[in-house]
Amino acid sequence: MQFARPEKIEDALTLLREGEWAILAGGTDFYPGLRDGVPSRPVLDITALTDLQNIEQDAEYWSIGALATWSDVVRADLPPCFDGLKRAAREVGSVQIQNRATVIGNVCNASPAADGVPPLMTLGAIVETVASSGKRRIPLQQFVLGNRQTDLHPGELVARLLIPKTSAVGASSFFKLGARKYLVISISMVAARLASDGEGRINDAAISIGACSAVACRLTALEELLKGKRLSDDLAALVQRSHLGDLAPIDDVRAPAAYRLDASLELVRRAISDVARQLS
Amino acid sequence: MHAGGDNQAAPVPARGEGVGSAIRHLDGRGKVTGSLNFGADHVPDGAVAVRVIRSPHHHARFTFGDRQAFLDAHPGIDLVLDAGDIAGRNCFGVIPPFADQPVFAEGKVIFRGEAVAAIVGDVDAVKAIDEASFPVSWETLDHVLTPKEAQSANAPRLHAGREGNVLVGGRVERGDPEKELAKSAHRVSLSTTTPSIEHAYIEPEAGYAVRDGDRIVVHGCTQAAHMDRESLADIMGLALEQVRVVPTACGGGFGSKLDISLQPYVALAAWKLNRPATICYTRSESMRSTTKRHPSDISVTIGCDADGRLTGMDFSGVFNTGAYASWGPTVANRVPVHASGPYLVPGYRAHSLAIHTNAPPSGAFRGFGVPQSAIAQECALDLLAEKAGLDRLEFRLKNALKNGEPTVTGQLFEKGVGIVECLQALKPAWQAANETAATFNASTNGSGLRKGIGVASCWYGCGNTSLPNPSTIRIGITAAGHVVLHQGAADVGQGSNTVIAQIAADALGVPVHSLQLVGGDTDLTPDAGKTSASRQTYVSGMAAKLAGEALRSQVLRLGNVSEAADIDVKPGRIGLSDGDVRANIDLNKIDNAENGYVLFAEETYDPPTQPLDENGQGVPYAVYGYGAQLVELTVDTRLGTVTLDRITAAHDVGKAINPMLVEGQIEGGIAQGIGLALMEDYQPGRTENLHDYLIPTIGDVPPIECHIVEVADALGPYGAKGLGEHVLIPTAPAILNAIRHASGVLVTNLPATPDKVRAAILEGAEHG
Repeated sequence: MQFARPEKIEDALTLLREGEWAILAGGTDFYPGLRDGVPSRPVLDITALTDLQNIEQDAEYWSIGALATWSDVVRADLPPCFDGLKRAAREVGSVQIQNRATVIGNVCNASPAADGVPPLMTLGAIVETVASSGKRRIPLQQFVLGNRQTDLHPGELVARLLIPKTSAVGASSFFKLGARKYLVISISMVAARLASDGEGRINDAAISIGACSAVACRLTALEELLKGKRLSDDLAALVQRSHLGDLAPIDDVRAPAAYRLDASLELVRRAISDVARQLS
Repeated sequence: MHAGGDNQAAPVPARGEGVGSAIRHLDGRGKVTGSLNFGADHVPDGAVAVRVIRSPHHHARFTFGDRQAFLDAHPGIDLVLDAGDIAGRNCFGVIPPFADQPVFAEGKVIFRGEAVAAIVGDVDAVKAIDEASFPVSWETLDHVLTPKEAQSANAPRLHAGREGNVLVGGRVERGDPEKELAKSAHRVSLSTTTPSIEHAYIEPEAGYAVRDGDRIVVHGCTQAAHMDRESLADIMGLALEQVRVVPTACGGGFGSKLDISLQPYVALAAWKLNRPATICYTRSESMRSTTKRHPSDISVTIGCDADGRLTGMDFSGVFNTGAYASWGPTVANRVPVHASGPYLVPGYRAHSLAIHTNAPPSGAFRGFGVPQSAIAQECALDLLAEKAGLDRLEFRLKNALKNGEPTVTGQLFEKGVGIVECLQALKPAWQAANETAATFNASTNGSGLRKGIGVASCWYGCGNTSLPNPSTIRIGITAAGHVVLHQGAADVGQGSNTVIAQIAADALGVPVHSLQLVGGDTDLTPDAGKTSASRQTYVSGMAAKLAGEALRSQVLRLGNVSEAADIDVKPGRIGLSDGDVRANIDLNKIDNAENGYVLFAEETYDPPTQPLDENGQGVPYAVYGYGAQLVELTVDTRLGTVTLDRITAAHDVGKAINPMLVEGQIEGGIAQGIGLALMEDYQPGRTENLHDYLIPTIGDVPPIECHIVEVADALGPYGAKGLGEHVLIPTAPAILNAIRHASGVLVTNLPATPDKVRAAILEGAEHG
């Protein structure tokens, strides 16, 4: 079995250009995915690419590097709009998993139940890939294509997630529903971010649901409805079943589809109320 | 109440003070430092690896292809084993008259995970094999996974001679249940179902075998070394003396490691190649191939009079016993004896049936079917209490069995029936919890959160049901002055290595930490029976007490001192002090080196039981243990999620030989009961891993308060009773009763996952 652990991004990209590699970072999805077998592809371990470790900011963006773990997110000094992502970070797997698993690994694994995707969607996250041929920036919604499918091209590596400061505003929340407390695949999860104009009126709304469709969904109709409403309104009462129209939950060992919809509706109400409370 | 608190120094009791002391596990240091080997911890030099090829189908015919071509294509693979390699009988089973399971299936498999062959060779070569490349072709057959399907007219017959796929039934009848129920002021009928449950011990099956001339030595995790030995001799066509089984430290068994698993595969490989052979099951393999808790389908009707006294009970339980017999007959026999719970029930009828299906074999799992029957019985009791207009705890107290009252098998105990004391112990917590819940529920405006409390009882007979199950313990003193305890009761984490030593030390009259322990080796330790049926503290404990006392008598006689004398075993001598009298035994002058000991005793204890008659009347167990648990929880009625707030457990252990280990058993049993109630559901082909099969995490287990109740038993060592299985029984029904108290709905199809709780609430709202 071929294995490489380059220390420079250029070396990693050279290897990626020349062969088809399985990329290994935290390993918390990689190893269980082998199902007691040996890897079928050569393994490129990117954990020595220390340039990709940081969570940082410049004038335009917050940036989460490819090696940043969930524990790094919890510890990072970030504005309140990241609180939903931090809550997700505390609910991914267990503390041990959070210490190993990377945020970007969660995105690239492209599970319908990826805990990180809904809060990142509400933050308007952009995926930045690198390759020998150059960089690409793809909105998260377009990067995750389906169950275990992404728009990562051959030769590419995801270097960082960029959160535009234009959408990194307001406050946020996250609720995860599972059949046990830790180490559980979500039955449903909801992330919400709201911003207000300073006079009690909502001027930005982003709500996303995971585990109820192949890729997490934004509830755009509800977002539009919320814009212009006052934080003091009974926002939860505005949420209707029709707002979940784009969801296509499945029946599986974790829950029936009907329950997923029923519970999601309640989670959306709670998430919105929670954020409104924070902003008030 | 809390023995052995975290910051206290571990006790080191003096002579005569071992029993009742919360000493740490005597094998604990080795487990913590890693010096003690579990099944996979030691790989002998030059060992080959063994990997079992298993059926991917529930029911199929199969034929092997070109084996030589497979061997030629895979250098490093030395051997392929199948049924043709078995020199003895290709059949095993824990209850010999029902033995029906092949080591390797012959032409047909009847469950997914059944072994058909094994590949043996270099460790890396074996690991690298893609199982799809193994030359076997399958022809799938219709399968049945539920008793209902298995009993339909066109269902496949899984075993010759077992009509309708019925393995066996059980019954207990007493009085006239029909008449009693007919005249009852209040009656409740309830049906419940529980799914297949995986034991999910931390350590998957692992071990190794070494051929030693014409003997085979098997090291591995097990709950029953001597039973393994008999099975292996039978399978390999060897004399019993040619088989040695050496249990490794065991990372949990819970009943499943009573049946053999890896042992014949490594033994056959080592025998054939004359090289050590190792195996370590993957988690998925462990889950697919080993036994499960019986899925159950239970109906019960219970009645009481206008005063709330139980009158009659009619119970029927159908158990899915899976592909092979395993412990199915034990479940069928135990359930009717226990399905009344620890209550006085004048008119009683309980029938059970074990039905074969193409599911994995259902076997022993902490409680042998009783946790399932207790769910139906204790939830029905709650409903009945409400109909009778009585507090649920008071209703149980009113009906709790007392000394001198007949059990449902007509057995009378003059002393030791401790259920009243357990229920009484819960009373203060029950009253406080009721108030807390009422206050909370009155104040939560519109949150959808509701608190509820529930209670349930248990009783459980210790040892085999009306069958002999002796234990033998040996203890000796060497010329050098070492006191050595030969203790063969498998310690699967529950603590028999420690508890049996505490009893033996006190019986002999030496400090427990002065004992040297020899444990778990069929060449070195006499048969202490299997670690199951909550029998080791009672049965092996009694054997240890008798052996210790016998050795003490020898010593006292030699020193010509009285019963009251103190024994002090020193290098080469024993000092005796009896009041003012001092005596000394020079161990080097004793001309009797039997078994390497100058002084030695070996004693056997077998519980006094009597056979059950055709109505199940008799003395099935010499000793029962009792318990009751109180659950406080919060239901999020809009999501259907359940958060456990606190569990208070009161268990009558007769005498807590080691209070810390009693607490450990209570906490562990409750954790498993939580899984049974709220999340566990084994589905072959769907939840064969610990990613999809959920067991409780630390976040799902609430604070647990233990009340250790000590109502001395007439027979047990120092009054002790068994505990291991009891602790799991009340948890699930108490949780379900608390969910109902909180939300108004009783979930009867376990597990009570959020979607089921929510669906029941929505349905209740529709009908309400």
